[in-house]
Amino acid sequence: MQSESQLIFELSRPGRVGYDVPSTPREILAAQVPDLPRRKVPPKLPEVSENLVVRHYTNLSTRNHHIDKDFYPLGSCTMKYNPKINDELAGIPGFGGLHPFQMTNTAQGALEVLQRLSDALLEVTGMDAITLQPAAGAQGELTALLMFRAYHQKHGGRPRRRVIIPDSAHGTNPASIVIAGYEVTELKSGADGLTDIQALKSALSDDVAALMITNPNTVGLFESRIAEIIELVHSVGGLVYMDGANLNAMLGVSRPGDMGFDACHINLHKTFSTPHGGGGPGSGPVAVKSSLAPFLPSPVINTRDGVHWWDWNRPDSIGHVHSFYGNFGMHVRALAYVLSMGGDGLRAISENAIINANYLRVKLSGTYEVAYDRPCTHEVILSGDRQKARGAKTLDIAKRLLDYGYHPPTVYFPLIVHEALMLEPTESESRETLDEFIQVMLEIDREITRDPELLKSAPHTTPVRRLDEAGAARNLDIRYTAK
Amino acid sequence: MRYIPNTPDDRAAMLRDIGVSAFEDLLSAIPGNLRLNRPLNLPDGKSEFDVKSIMRSLARKNLNTVDHTSFLGAGSYDHYVPTAVNTLSLRSEYVTAYTPYQPEVAQATLQVIYEFQSMICELYGMEAANASMYDGGTALAEAIMLAAAQTRRTNILCPPNVHPLYLRVARTLVEPQGITLQPVPLRDGGIDRAALESLLNGGIAAVVVQYPNFFGIVEDISPFITAAQANGALAIVVADPLAMGVLEPPGSFGADIVVGEGQSLGNLQSYGGPYLGLFACKANLIRRMPGRIVGVTRDVDGRRGFVLTLQTREQHIRRDKATSNICTNEGLCATRATFYMSMLGPRGLASVGEACLHRCAYLRQQLTGIPGVHLAFGGPHFKEFAIRLDKSVEGFLHYMAERKVLAGVPLKWFGLRMDDSLLVAVTETKSLEDLDGFAAGVKQYLEGGK
Ligand SMILES: Cc1ncc(COP(=O)(O)O)c(C=O)c1O
Repeated sequence: MQSESQLIFELSRPGRVGYDVPSTPREILAAQVPDLPRRKVPPKLPEVSENLVVRHYTNLSTRNHHIDKDFYPLGSCTMKYNPKINDELAGIPGFGGLHPFQMTNTAQGALEVLQRLSDALLEVTGMDAITLQPAAGAQGELTALLMFRAYHQKHGGRPRRRVIIPDSAHGTNPASIVIAGYEVTELKSGADGLTDIQALKSALSDDVAALMITNPNTVGLFESRIAEIIELVHSVGGLVYMDGANLNAMLGVSRPGDMGFDACHINLHKTFSTPHGGGGPGSGPVAVKSSLAPFLPSPVINTRDGVHWWDWNRPDSIGHVHSFYGNFGMHVRALAYVLSMGGDGLRAISENAIINANYLRVKLSGTYEVAYDRPCTHEVILSGDRQKARGAKTLDIAKRLLDYGYHPPTVYFPLIVHEALMLEPTESESRETLDEFIQVMLEIDREITRDPELLKSAPHTTPVRRLDEAGAARNLDIRYTAK
Repeated sequence: MRYIPNTPDDRAAMLRDIGVSAFEDLLSAIPGNLRLNRPLNLPDGKSEFDVKSIMRSLARKNLNTVDHTSFLGAGSYDHYVPTAVNTLSLRSEYVTAYTPYQPEVAQATLQVIYEFQSMICELYGMEAANASMYDGGTALAEAIMLAAAQTRRTNILCPPNVHPLYLRVARTLVEPQGITLQPVPLRDGGIDRAALESLLNGGIAAVVVQYPNFFGIVEDISPFITAAQANGALAIVVADPLAMGVLEPPGSFGADIVVGEGQSLGNLQSYGGPYLGLFACKANLIRRMPGRIVGVTRDVDGRRGFVLTLQTREQHIRRDKATSNICTNEGLCATRATFYMSMLGPRGLASVGEACLHRCAYLRQQLTGIPGVHLAFGGPHFKEFAIRLDKSVEGFLHYMAERKVLAGVPLKWFGLRMDDSLLVAVTETKSLEDLDGFAAGVKQYLEGGK
């Protein structure tokens, strides 16, 4: 059993320091400092020396699972390897030390990074224009919806009222719709896991601003009738958005622009390998067809004779969605990734991601119920129904996987699959890793019969065991206060 | 393909096990006309050595604030980042983990966020803080949405000495919900108090003030907060976290919500992102807070542990009823900020603040009396101030850039009718030579010198 971890505050002793400020020369000290509302009580930050800070956070770090350590088949999140070179490059002074408001003639290299990345993303998506400003996928969704709103206002004089999403949609989709000032219309998915065309038809009217759809969708299936779906929405004057969270299956395989989508976002922190950082930063560029280009957030990059500059004069732009130009550090990493992989390498990513997911599907299908048992794309959704009937919930299976050193799959999402276990192996995993994981999944299934308590009380080997989440909300303690 | 372990033999064996004869068979759901039947039009993959060379040659085309001298601020500052912050924050355990959805194996991330929330509360003098927003501008937009929901009112008073780009971000994100931002007149760079009071009415959901304001002036924000609250509106303060070692925190004046840009807490300037949106509020607003929150709890053996809590506010549970659409946030930037604040402690933070105050006062003093340079505003300044020049501001910036100095941010870019002015920022990283060099540079430029 591991011990309890201390808080940095608990290492604090009055008078300990971990930092010395640059010295201030006499001449500067002599300057008359103005009268200010001076702080009376100092903030109770911890007082710790540098080496103790380093030891604290080094020891604490071992209490995380992470992709460099082991398999992380978290569906929809695309936990793939994050190349080390990319982090190094983002930190060099010529990128990490740039100020957003330095004049563009002193930042041509930065603009070239953004231009080259934009061009690559347009080729991958088959779109015409792009903004790199959104800081994550959810913000990309919102950005596109705001552009749709501006488009409808410009072309029809009114923004329209409703946005349609399937009931398998990620939670950010409905939340973004509301922030964009729209109402959500939810479509029940067909029994085959795909969009139900009849249901879509009856939901359509000239009040529909857009359909938002994930493709491949959140049950890991390609929407085969996507061209027809898009045509139907277009026929009532609506626009169609692709949530691009699952683009890792489509690189060099199929492009949203060719499918007919008007806009899509790309999660650079999924498909383009920028690290997730324990919850970000991400980056969610939005690519659009030319009809939507005038509405892109301002500024956009312009280039003439090899010179780049920011164009702020965009009368139809929706405005700004980020204080500056988006998460540039992620753009540097993503461009380095594109350069490393190249066109054929990007295609290889998707091929291997798809093969790995189908391999899991086939090898697990005898034991676990596959929600939609036919070739999937880069992720496969299992249902834990059979195991539940035998006494182990999906949550128990997930927790038991922790004992074997694996991060569990995404659980209970999408909402339309009972006891869902959503596995996304990505191209980063080897066949041996998948084989070992498969053996563990089969073993856990056997454990249900042999020793059900083992699962219900799992995990047993982790730094802490099952935590009382309800208690955390009931007795809210969300900040440390010195005793 | 150095990032893909499967060999051609592996692939062949796996396809056999899957029961298909070729990879293409797995794409049967994709209609033929929707498949990309050509290679992507991108160059071939390159070695790590070649990638590094290309990227480094791009980096060399830029002036930067590490190797060159910078006086640029306006929301992004070159405060010194201790080496240990960089070293620790490159650890895979922090970099390559995902959102802590399985708390038993995410205690590092969760505890760091808890410590982060605690430190932000301390800095701002507030009761609660979340795990981060995207940046200062989006944090302000979220604060405005919260205020509108809480008060059921739709007008927000926003003086133009709040960061102009934060205001543009806020306008873009909140206007579709029928929320409007209304300006407040300024006087000598500060809020015109009488004008503000006359604009308050039963439709005002919140008053936004920035502290120090966009021009670097430390205003007495107390009366604005009192006036807002007397009118049933919330007081939202945009505050520089780095100033909180020396300035009385907004919480002491009764602010309802405090937001800010956390870049300067140990994060790189990185051409504007990734940055760190800070969000703190009073306890009565916790259930309307956007984003993730970490709380303390116990495991089945009674040990202290940390979990995401109050998740019923969030999009993955509440969907269209969520308080915000944010999912991925700025976790690693918050982690860096936590390391930074731990290293500085209360003394370090206060001494960084003092160092800024002195350098700012010194440079203002050096510029006073140079013909053709005018300090735009009086009042106490923290680390930044506006100057007016009798000659072209852009000419000056080019003149200094040729000398490898990034001299300031032209206010012309912000639609403030201050086209002859620039904003100059000084952090603790500026040496006496840097400051004297700036003053000498302005003088020479104005004298038409080379
Ligand atoms: C299908 C889907 N859509 C949208 C999102 C939101 O992306 P982000 O977390 O970058 O905001 C996610 C990621 O969690 C997702 O899986």
